[in-house]
Amino acid sequence: MQRDRAFLLKLAQCDHSELNPDELRQVDILRKIQVPKPLVMVNSSTSGIVAGSKKTWEAIEQYAADRSIEIDLTETGSIGLSSEDPVVSVQLPGRARIFFRRITPEKVLSLLDDLFHQVVPDQNVIGQLWCEGQESWKDVPALEDIPYFALQSRIVMESCGIIDPFSFEEYIAGGGYRAFLNTIRSYTFSEVCDLVSDSGLRGRSGGGFPTGEKWKAAFRTPSDQKFMVCNAEESDPGAFMDRTLMEGNPFQLLEGISIAAYAIGSNRAYIYIRSEYKEAIRRINNAIKELREMGLLGDNILDSGYNLQISLRKGPGAFVCGEETALIASLEGRRGMPSSKPPYPSTSGYLGRPTVVNNVETLSNLPGIIRNGPDWFKGIGTGDCPGTKIFSISGRVKMAGLVEVPMGTSFDTIVNKIIGGVGKGRELKALHVGGPSGCMVPVELMEIPVTYETLKEKGLVMGSGGVIVMDDRTCVVNTVRYFMEYLHKQSCGKCIPCREGTRRMAEILTSITRKPVDEEGHTTLERFKGVMQLENLAEVMKDTSLCGLGQNAPNPVVSTLKYFRHEYEEHIFDRRCPSNSCTELRSWFIDVDLCTGCSICAKRCPAEAIIGTARHPYFIVQEKCIGCGICHEVCKFTAVYYK
Amino acid sequence: MADDTARIEEILQRFPQIKRNALIPLLQAFQDEFGYISEEAISRIGAHLSLPTSKVYGLATFYNQFSFSPRGFYHVVLCNGTACHMGGAGELLNEITKLLDIEDGETTRDGLFSLEVQSCIGACGQSPVMAVNGAYYSGITVKEVREIINQYREDAER
Repeated sequence: MQRDRAFLLKLAQCDHSELNPDELRQVDILRKIQVPKPLVMVNSSTSGIVAGSKKTWEAIEQYAADRSIEIDLTETGSIGLSSEDPVVSVQLPGRARIFFRRITPEKVLSLLDDLFHQVVPDQNVIGQLWCEGQESWKDVPALEDIPYFALQSRIVMESCGIIDPFSFEEYIAGGGYRAFLNTIRSYTFSEVCDLVSDSGLRGRSGGGFPTGEKWKAAFRTPSDQKFMVCNAEESDPGAFMDRTLMEGNPFQLLEGISIAAYAIGSNRAYIYIRSEYKEAIRRINNAIKELREMGLLGDNILDSGYNLQISLRKGPGAFVCGEETALIASLEGRRGMPSSKPPYPSTSGYLGRPTVVNNVETLSNLPGIIRNGPDWFKGIGTGDCPGTKIFSISGRVKMAGLVEVPMGTSFDTIVNKIIGGVGKGRELKALHVGGPSGCMVPVELMEIPVTYETLKEKGLVMGSGGVIVMDDRTCVVNTVRYFMEYLHKQSCGKCIPCREGTRRMAEILTSITRKPVDEEGHTTLERFKGVMQLENLAEVMKDTSLCGLGQNAPNPVVSTLKYFRHEYEEHIFDRRCPSNSCTELRSWFIDVDLCTGCSICAKRCPAEAIIGTARHPYFIVQEKCIGCGICHEVCKFTAVYYK
Repeated sequence: MADDTARIEEILQRFPQIKRNALIPLLQAFQDEFGYISEEAISRIGAHLSLPTSKVYGLATFYNQFSFSPRGFYHVVLCNGTACHMGGAGELLNEITKLLDIEDGETTRDGLFSLEVQSCIGACGQSPVMAVNGAYYSGITVKEVREIINQYREDAER
């Protein structure tokens, strides 16, 4: 181990051209370019496990044990195609690695049988990853040629799903930790701040605040102790890029945290992670342990005189803790309630000390920036927004997964060209970008280049980059209602505009998306006033809420009122849901040919809206129907339908 | 009961530092160990950290992770993230509440099932997702949910 450590540290510091052939061979083995025995990698990230990768893993183990074949079975992260899981990749000695999709336990036998006979199965192939010195497979497309990968520029996600997230050797042999060692050896604190400022890196969690400037503010504030906090809360439902980064390449994140902590002159860093992310926690804990053993964390790192401790803190689950002041409150053992800014955390944060809170994706960008220089980074993306952004695409799409593209790429490219658009025969209606407090992007705006500024001009936000795709089966109003209910539940309750505003909005939207129970008193009036009240309410919430959560909470309402007003009007005036997904607005009918007149629906109808005589077809009185759908559930002859 | 008290003391011993920022990790340790946070635990934590019980309870109820009733023999987790919601998680939730007669965070009277709705478990590609005692079911329909729950019920009866 002692020799290994010296060799690994040498790899992180010298140019690979200085290595002798023996050492180069070792590097190739560590990087899994040359494998001594067949290598099988199974995606064991959360999405893989949910899709059943544990059973696939056992089936592969069993296969090898039955035939006494020696294989190297290894865990890996997700390559981003989460709807295609469990993804399995196989590399035979001397050959290129091939990736396969949806390998359920039943498919293991035929897949491995074929491969060990040097035959590539026709089905489930994604593509092959060829490296120098390997023999490629015939008739198998290269990964970079298939549309999903061809249009992406993977910088942060480059190694996700390809390397073993538990192997520090593999990370370092692939050029890891070079950036950090270079930083602590050759740069002063402020030089690192300047360098990152110069690269133009901006916070990837939604605000788009220049990272270098944030660091400088913390660096300039004199204090006995400073803190670096990595925000891995990722509380947006529908966003999973941070999780994938942590599960796919935890060492890259830790290297980024180390660089950031050094830049602000901090010796203490925390990772605040969602407690639900069990797989990510397991990988990060392992990574921290390995780094301590290597002497890359702890006191006097490699005799540089710099000390750094990184510890993991599990967030107990609250959406508002994604906001930096709330996150700090939670770290201190208080309720996660935001406080007013200024003072900004960069001058007075955790325990009153200067604290920098950066997001996982932002920090994962750092090793690349230091390694290749700020000019390289500025060459990607647009002038104002250099670099790439990872979007997580889910909803009504052909494939769900992660897409990393340069800033300034249009949603059209991301959704239609890379992911392959919506399902067959369906029509794309809108994209919801940026989680519950994000915005609805109509099809007309899908062509605009995506940067923080261009979206802002149109009244939209990028948020953390979660994109939910909606087709003609999805109701805009109903989706907004879901977001409002979510935000209402998640509002911390500190300030009134957010606490009461989200509740009122959810109430108005609920009254629009269902049939009126009675037409008396003020309910009808409220319905018609709904839209006007929503607009006023949104304005008040935006202007007077304390934190980002409250200020952004009306976003989905405002953007849909702007671009999808006709859907609201149809719900209010026609009492009709154009996509038929508001169950309570459905109009139910009885098919006279199928109805046997058993009378069960009439007996069960809570509104007594079904009339008829026994053994003759029944009839639903539309004026009385409240749209509960009980008649549909109880009908044994499927005679009740809606339109 | 005496057994529980000993366990509570044992967990408290793991946190010798009497600081406010140990409160959340402490509560998490109790949640992991017992599956819920009992009244006794809350008052003991308060005494250990010299905090009023009301503060401890106030904090614990603020966060989603902590529950205050014991978990059922089968712990059902349903994801209601945006992707799952669009995939029909709302209907699944209705079905489960109807089948088990419990709401989010509750346990059936026979202690067999408990239900937890999570905001997103991060597997949006497989929506809608449900887990029972850590075994995942992805891309499920209302009919399948009924079958799964009934299967567990039968298993328990046996």
